[in-house]
Amino acid sequence: MSQSYDRGTIEDFGRWRDFSAGMWAWVFHKFTGWVLIGYLFTHIAVLSTATAADPTVYTNTISGLEDLLIVRLLEVGLLAVAVFHILNGIRLLFVDLGMGLTAQDKTFYLSLVLTGAIVVASVPTFVGGKL
Amino acid sequence: MSTQTTDEDSEATGQSDSEAPASSPGERRRAEKRERQTEKARQAAETESDEETVLLKVFRYDPEVEGKREPRFDDFHVPFYKGMTVLDALIYARDTYDSSLTFRHSCRQAICGSDALFINGRQRLGCKTQLSDLDEPVRIEPLPHQDVVKDLVVDMEHFYDQMESVEPYFDPDELPSDDMAEQRQSRENREKIKMSTRCIWCGACMSSCNIAAGDNQYLGPAAINKAYRFAMDEREGDERKEKRMEIMEQEHGVWRCQTQFSCTEVCPKDIPLTEHIQELKREAVKSNLKFW
Ligand code: HEM
Ligand code: SF4
Ligand code: FES
Repeated sequence: MSQSYDRGTIEDFGRWRDFSAGMWAWVFHKFTGWVLIGYLFTHIAVLSTATAADPTVYTNTISGLEDLLIVRLLEVGLLAVAVFHILNGIRLLFVDLGMGLTAQDKTFYLSLVLTGAIVVASVPTFVGGKL
Repeated sequence: MSTQTTDEDSEATGQSDSEAPASSPGERRRAEKRERQTEKARQAAETESDEETVLLKVFRYDPEVEGKREPRFDDFHVPFYKGMTVLDALIYARDTYDSSLTFRHSCRQAICGSDALFINGRQRLGCKTQLSDLDEPVRIEPLPHQDVVKDLVVDMEHFYDQMESVEPYFDPDELPSDDMAEQRQSRENREKIKMSTRCIWCGACMSSCNIAAGDNQYLGPAAINKAYRFAMDEREGDERKEKRMEIMEQEHGVWRCQTQFSCTEVCPKDIPLTEHIQELKREAVKSNLKFW
């Protein structure tokens, strides 16, 4: 909106410290949604190596990537992003149906906690062991 | 035991003393009022000597005054008493320290909607916010996303325009043939729209909404809630409701809402704004599906 002078941190994202549950849920949902779209492209790029005539290209690409710790850490991050997006997406579907609106903050925290738990449980698989 | 009796005795005498010269009930009331006022003044003096003060940091800006063209914050130390609201503190600061401190207020009981302010990072009514509930220093700013006219006064014109644009008046399809006939509402229907009727047009919700901030044409929570109040009123009839839904379904209507719940959180009248917006979204889908 038009502003006759700079109000500084009073506006929007400058005041993120004051955001409440519903606002954080929105910010995270936007963010995770777009990260997932971004991942979709890298996913296609990696999988497309399977179309090469030589079948070892795909195997080498995958195992080469999986050998990198950073890739395995990123996978944990991807899981976190995907799980949160799905859980909060389900929360949003309920919100759209007008169900449990008074508990919207609690369901947001619940999605966060569940995401955390699932991510922690996945760490041994992703970071430690060979897939 | 004996002390208690004397206490009661002296109290009784005190009462009859003050009552003795008062002949009419009006005089008695005035006498009591005077007594209360001196009591209040005494209490105020006491708190002042106790030096229990609250620090206010108040936003100042006035494009018409040389020294105030640059926005700044002024500090006010206001003597605190139990039950003091932010509005009380502002009034004290204005009356005691700086008569140019400008803010709107009227009813002081959360019903006129004129003192929605941005207090400690949240839209609240000054008169409905207890200082004791706030962290110090108390930062008082004008509502975000509205142009500041002066100090804490913002331009509400755009908010009022949005409110008017949903045709916020009762407009039934058919009037009863008899002028004097009442237009009765069922208890259930009244209960359904009850919360939506409570809006005091304070603008807190609109100011808290991230979407309204980015889209000036968005009707905003208060206007949509206003539309809900009439669209859900069964006495208006289907034709009117359809027209109301057309306003709601437009590009800058209900579909802009991203269910951030900011408006619902700040509404001083506890109106479930998001719930009402979501219900109108579902109504919109349902009414459109009918034509398929
Ligand atoms: C079970 C899986 C999923 C569920 C339940 C889900 C749910 C949702 C919901 C309900 C919204 C709408 C949010 C709103 O009302 O504002 C949304 C937005 C979105 N989702 Fe998902 N989603 C899922 C999977 C995905 C995947 C796999 C991707 C990416 C490839 C994705 C990308 C997005 C994006 C980009 C948005 C839009 C964000 C924005 O508003 O800008 N989602 N999702
Ligand atoms: S809906 Fe609530 S916050 Fe919005 S203008 Fe009305 S009373 Fe104020
Ligand atoms: S002064 Fe009327 S609402 Fe606060």
